[in-house]
Amino acid sequence: MPSSPPGAVPDPATGATALPADRIVVTFARVLRGLGLDVAVGSTLAYAEALAVTGLGSRALVYWAGRATLVHRPEDVTIYDHAFAAFWDGHRGTGAPAPSAPPIALALDAPAPDPEPGPRAGVERTQAVRWSPVEVLRERDFAAYTAAEFEEARRALRDLRLAAVLRRSRRLRPVRRARGQRSQLDLRRTVRRALRTGGEPIERSFRGPARRPRRIVLLCDISGSMEPYSRAMVRFLHTAVVGGGAVEAFALGTRLTRITRELSSRDPDAAVTAAAAAVRDWSGGTRLGAGLREFNDRWGVRGMARGSIVVIVSDGWDRGDAAQLGEQMARLRRVAYRVVWVNPLKASPGFAPLAAGMAAALPHIDEFVEGHSLASLEHLVEVVGR
Amino acid sequence: MTTVEEVRDALATHEYLTDEGLATAVFLALTLQRPLLLEGEAGVGKTELAKVLAQWTGGELVRLQCYEGIDAGQAVYEWDYSRQLLHLRAVEASGAEVVEDELYSDRFLVRRPLLRAIDYDGPTPPVLLVDEVDRADDEFEAFLLEILSDYAITVPELGTFRAASPPIVVVTSNRTRDVHDALKRRCLYHWIAHPDFERELAILRVRAPEVGAELARQVAGAVEALRSGDLYKPPGVAETIDWARALAALGCRDLDEAAAEVTLGTVLKYREDQERVRSEGVDALVAAGRSA
Repeated sequence: MPSSPPGAVPDPATGATALPADRIVVTFARVLRGLGLDVAVGSTLAYAEALAVTGLGSRALVYWAGRATLVHRPEDVTIYDHAFAAFWDGHRGTGAPAPSAPPIALALDAPAPDPEPGPRAGVERTQAVRWSPVEVLRERDFAAYTAAEFEEARRALRDLRLAAVLRRSRRLRPVRRARGQRSQLDLRRTVRRALRTGGEPIERSFRGPARRPRRIVLLCDISGSMEPYSRAMVRFLHTAVVGGGAVEAFALGTRLTRITRELSSRDPDAAVTAAAAAVRDWSGGTRLGAGLREFNDRWGVRGMARGSIVVIVSDGWDRGDAAQLGEQMARLRRVAYRVVWVNPLKASPGFAPLAAGMAAALPHIDEFVEGHSLASLEHLVEVVGR
Repeated sequence: MTTVEEVRDALATHEYLTDEGLATAVFLALTLQRPLLLEGEAGVGKTELAKVLAQWTGGELVRLQCYEGIDAGQAVYEWDYSRQLLHLRAVEASGAEVVEDELYSDRFLVRRPLLRAIDYDGPTPPVLLVDEVDRADDEFEAFLLEILSDYAITVPELGTFRAASPPIVVVTSNRTRDVHDALKRRCLYHWIAHPDFERELAILRVRAPEVGAELARQVAGAVEALRSGDLYKPPGVAETIDWARALAALGCRDLDEAAAEVTLGTVLKYREDQERVRSEGVDALVAAGRSA
C-alpha cells in the first residue's frame, strides 16, 4: 500500500496535465485492463464520479477512490498498485507485476509428437485394433494415447456430464401435498385460493424443501509426474466447469491456483489456454500438503468445501511433508460431504498406495477411484452423482 | 460532511478507528450514494461499521442477515396471511362480498428489512446492513442487485415503493464464495485488513477502556506476533478485544505466562492453533508481547 505524501499533486505520467479528467480515467482503466484487471465501463464511470468529488489534489484520495471503484478483489490490489505507480507517479515499471511469467511450453493440446508411454513402469499398453476408435479408447490409459487418439477422445470427454448428488436446499418450493416434516402450509397460495371459495380455505397449498446439487470442488495435481494425464484432466475439468451446477476447479502444483474463471469459457481451446496461462507451475513439483493447506485456509474451510464433494486428482507423489498432507486431509474431510481421490496410477497392475503422500491421505478418503482412462472417468462421474 | 477527514473523525468519535482507505470508501459511498461492499477476515469490524454509521447519522439500523435459501418473503415483504384469513371469515360472517383489493392493502403488508429500508418515514435515511451476503444464493443476489440499482421495490398488488433519499447501504461478505460481478460493480468495494500495531492499540484503548495501558500494549504486540505466525485462523480485532478484556477481568496488569495460558481460548479458536502456540511456548508469545 503506497504511503501518502500529503498534498502531492499527481502529475499523470502521460505528461498530459491538460487532459480532461475523464480522458485520464479512461486511459488509466485501459492500462489496468492491459494488465489483466477486469474493469467494467460502469466501474470507470464510478471512478470518474468519485474523482469529481475528491478532486485530483491528493495522491492518497486519487489512490483510494480508485481502489474503491476499480478493484473488486483483494488479489487485484498488487496489480492496481503497480499500475497506479506507473500511471500516476510516472514510475516506469519498477518491479512491474509479472503477467509475463516465463512461458512454459507444455503440450497441453498441441498435437504433440507421440508421447512416451507413462514415465513410471507398469503402465500397460493396450494392444488394440484401430477401427472402432472410441470403443477401444475407452479403456486405454491416457498416458499411452497418441496425438490422434487424443483428438478422438476429446469428443468423448466433452460428453461426460459431471452432476453432483442432490441435497436438500433451505429454499422452499410449491409441492403437491405435505410430505415429511419440513413441508409447510403455503399460506400465500392458500389465501389466494380461499378467495375463490368465498373465503373458506378449502384447498390448501404446501411448500416443501427444494433440492439442489451439492457443490463439486476439483483439485487437480498438475505436477510433472501427472503430466501424461494432465491434458485429459484439464479437458475433464473444463467439461465439469461449463456443465452447469456449482463447480470450482483448482490446479495444485508447488502452489495453488484457482482456475474456475479461466475454465468457464465455452470454447474448450480458449478455456484450456487461459487456464494454462494462469497456472505458473505446470509440470513442476508438488507440495500437496502445502497446496491443500492453502486451499483449506483460503477457500475450503471458510465455506467452499462445506457440504461439498471434493475431488482430488493426484498420483500422491509429494515432495512436501506427508504428515502435513494427512493433517490437511483430516481437516478437509471434517467439512466436506465426501472426499474422492482419483489416482490414475491405481489402475496399474500391482499398484499399492506406497507413495508417502498417498499413504498419509488414504485414511481420510471416502472413495478411492482410478482416473487413467475414459471408462474410469465415467465411473468417477457415477461416484460423484451418487 | 465534505471531506474524508471529517468522516474519519466522526467515526472515531463513535469509537470506530479507520485507516485512510476505509474512510475514503465510506466518504465516497455517502457522497455518491452507492452501496459499500466490505470484505475481510472474520472479526475485522465489517458489521461494526454499519452499526457505527447508524449511530453517527442517527438513522435506524436495518439489518438483513443472509442465509442459504433466504427469499423475498423473508427479505422484502410478505402478506399477513392469518389476518387475511380472519378478515375473510369476518366479511363472510357479515354477509358482505369479499373484495380482493381489501385483502391486499397496506394493513396486511408485513415489511421485511429491505422494504423497511426503502419505504421509511423519518427525517434521516436508515442504514441498511446486508450481512454475510455470501451465505445467500445466486437468485437472492440477483434480486438484491435489482433493489440496489434504483432503490425501488414493486409490490404487484400495491405499486412501487421508492426511497425519498436512498438509505446508506453496507453489504458484507466473508468470501466463502465470490459475490457476483454485477453486484460488485454496483458497489464501492473495500477489503478491510487486520489493523497494524499502533491502530490496534488505539482500538483497544477505545473499545476496552478497563484494560490498563501496559497490558493493552502487550496484548496488541502478542496478537501481532500471532498473526505473523503460521495459524489456521489468525485472530481478528474482535478476538484481541476479547482477550484483553478476559485478562483484565482476571486482574492482570501485565501479560504473564500463566494468565496467557488459561485465556488462550479467547484469542485462538482452533485446537490446532492452540497446540501450535503451546508447542512453541506460551512464554515466547508473552515475550513477543512484552517487547512490543
